[in-house]
Amino acid sequence: MFQLPDLDGLFAALHADGYRIVGPTVSAGAIVLAELDRPAHLPYGVRVETAPGHYRLRPGPARQAFTHTAGPQAWKEFLQPSPERLWRGTRDDEGFRVDAAEEPPRPTALLGVRPCDLRALGILDGVLGDGERYARRRAASLVIAVDCTEPGEACFCVSAGGGPAARSGFDIGLVERPDGGYLARAATDRGTDLLARLAAPEASDVEVTTARKAVDEAAARMGRRLPEVDLRDLLTRHRTDDTYWSAIAERCLACANCTMVCPTCFCARVTDVTDLTGEHAERWQRADSCFDPDFSYVHGGPVRSSTGARYRQWISHKFATWHDQFGGSGCVGCGRCVVWCPVGIDITAELHALAQRDRS
Amino acid sequence: MATEPARPSLAVWKFASCDGCQLTLLDCGDALLTLAARLHIAAFPEASSMIEPGPYDVSLVEGSITTEEDAARIRDIRARSTLLVAIGACATAGGIQALRDLADVDEFRAQVYPHPEYVRSLATATPISAHVPVDLELHGCPIDRGQLVEVLGALLAGRKPDLPVHSVCAQCKARGTPCLPVVAGVPCLGPVTRAGCGALCPAYGRGCFGCFGPVERPNTRALVALLRHQGMSPADIGRVFRTYTATTAQFRAAAEEGARS
Ligand code: SF4
Ligand code: SF4
Repeated sequence: MFQLPDLDGLFAALHADGYRIVGPTVSAGAIVLAELDRPAHLPYGVRVETAPGHYRLRPGPARQAFTHTAGPQAWKEFLQPSPERLWRGTRDDEGFRVDAAEEPPRPTALLGVRPCDLRALGILDGVLGDGERYARRRAASLVIAVDCTEPGEACFCVSAGGGPAARSGFDIGLVERPDGGYLARAATDRGTDLLARLAAPEASDVEVTTARKAVDEAAARMGRRLPEVDLRDLLTRHRTDDTYWSAIAERCLACANCTMVCPTCFCARVTDVTDLTGEHAERWQRADSCFDPDFSYVHGGPVRSSTGARYRQWISHKFATWHDQFGGSGCVGCGRCVVWCPVGIDITAELHALAQRDRS
Repeated sequence: MATEPARPSLAVWKFASCDGCQLTLLDCGDALLTLAARLHIAAFPEASSMIEPGPYDVSLVEGSITTEEDAARIRDIRARSTLLVAIGACATAGGIQALRDLADVDEFRAQVYPHPEYVRSLATATPISAHVPVDLELHGCPIDRGQLVEVLGALLAGRKPDLPVHSVCAQCKARGTPCLPVVAGVPCLGPVTRAGCGALCPAYGRGCFGCFGPVERPNTRALVALLRHQGMSPADIGRVFRTYTATTAQFRAAAEEGARS
């Protein structure tokens, strides 16, 4: 582990290598992900207060930039941007010419990826990794993780099978110290090269132990947890429990906010459009949601016509059928869906309620 | 000219409305030039006094029906149009003037005019679809220019227009606006309102006021509960649903539910 007094050197090295740096910054009352010119744009001195349907910026430790959780965006926005044009076509003498040329992705450093979001990136890699565009963007990404020392009220990464320390899937891992310094470790050749160029001193054993302890202690401060039952089995057995799902539907707006903020929700739709001249056509890909009335539309109507059926689809896919489809859970416990649901429907509370109902 | 393929003819009509939606067509910039080249504009009284008798391939109809004369006129326009597209909150839901449906017209007519007997109007302001079959509805007050161009482009290409059926929430996410109710407790009708405006108001820090009207099956009951929780009074909740599309079944029910304390 190396000691960094601040992030100035890292920013300079990344910029020198041609990376754009994307990370957290304050905008419109929230901590969003955006391109950052310099470390001062990071949310120093800001923490967040979260609860179901509630997110507020509050004064935080002045020298720390990563004391926040569950922002309104996820890193997927940079790896599978929406909307995205897939190709354009132009009418010509022979009929139709397709141009699928794509700008080469910009080398991008994803700065401040929390351990829950690292796992989400791993899940997206499994789902979307075969896609050429995704794979090119992913290859152009450098991941700088920051371990969690300030979990939020909506966090439950530990019971979702993770924890506040970044384990794998990053190039550089940081731990932020209360004095604004960082301990940095590299996990790939790219990360090692970068850190070597910073000529940072080695951290002492005491410093490493202190930092590790702060991260380990965070594990005990999760705001939420999942019920300790086999969720896959629980949800599968309650698939047709219509009174349960229709009771949730009374509260659910079917607004899709939960799926849009979720770091592992990846559904997209593809639409072809033409312009007014009739000489050009384009194919666009856009983020989609299982809460969208059109999502399951087949000839004659939607497969899941009620909000209850849509909520069931969302929660069952995350915690049950994702296992069958992708070999694991689709939830990393980031808490975003809990915070960004306007009516505060808490996915962990719903699972506890279902487990409770199952017992009685 | 003889070798040129026939261009589809377009007509634009106004009923009780503010003209803002038809002005959206004139406000299309370069797209208007392309449209004028590909469509034959056969009737557009707002833009030209030359009005051809039809029939028309497409009629865009703005405004709601508030008089007997207009009720007859829309039937005539329907008979002369192959496709009829209702544009804007007035034509699709009655508009602001449909608030009269919820009040006593005779009473306020007597209050406003020295000679109320000179004013001949219906007791209601109704959408075009209450009078004649409508092929497509474009919502909003006013309509969105991009959606109008999309619809006309789709008609020219003979394809289905790409119009969202989800709520405004998706468009806030698409433009990166953090959810106002969540970050600031701001009342917002976005979750029950049809997308189309591009989530304009929330991008400027104010809640959606629902000018595109309800999504097909909005959960207004859940939203009313949230508005109450945010501290809105029953009277205000009743009012917030009684604006541009007050007489749609969904927002009418929401207003009644909200006004009950
Ligand atoms: S389901 Fe909710 S808590 Fe789980 S990963 Fe998605 S947004 Fe995060
Ligand atoms: S659970 Fe909440 S965020 Fe998700 S669709 Fe329902 S109301 Fe919207």
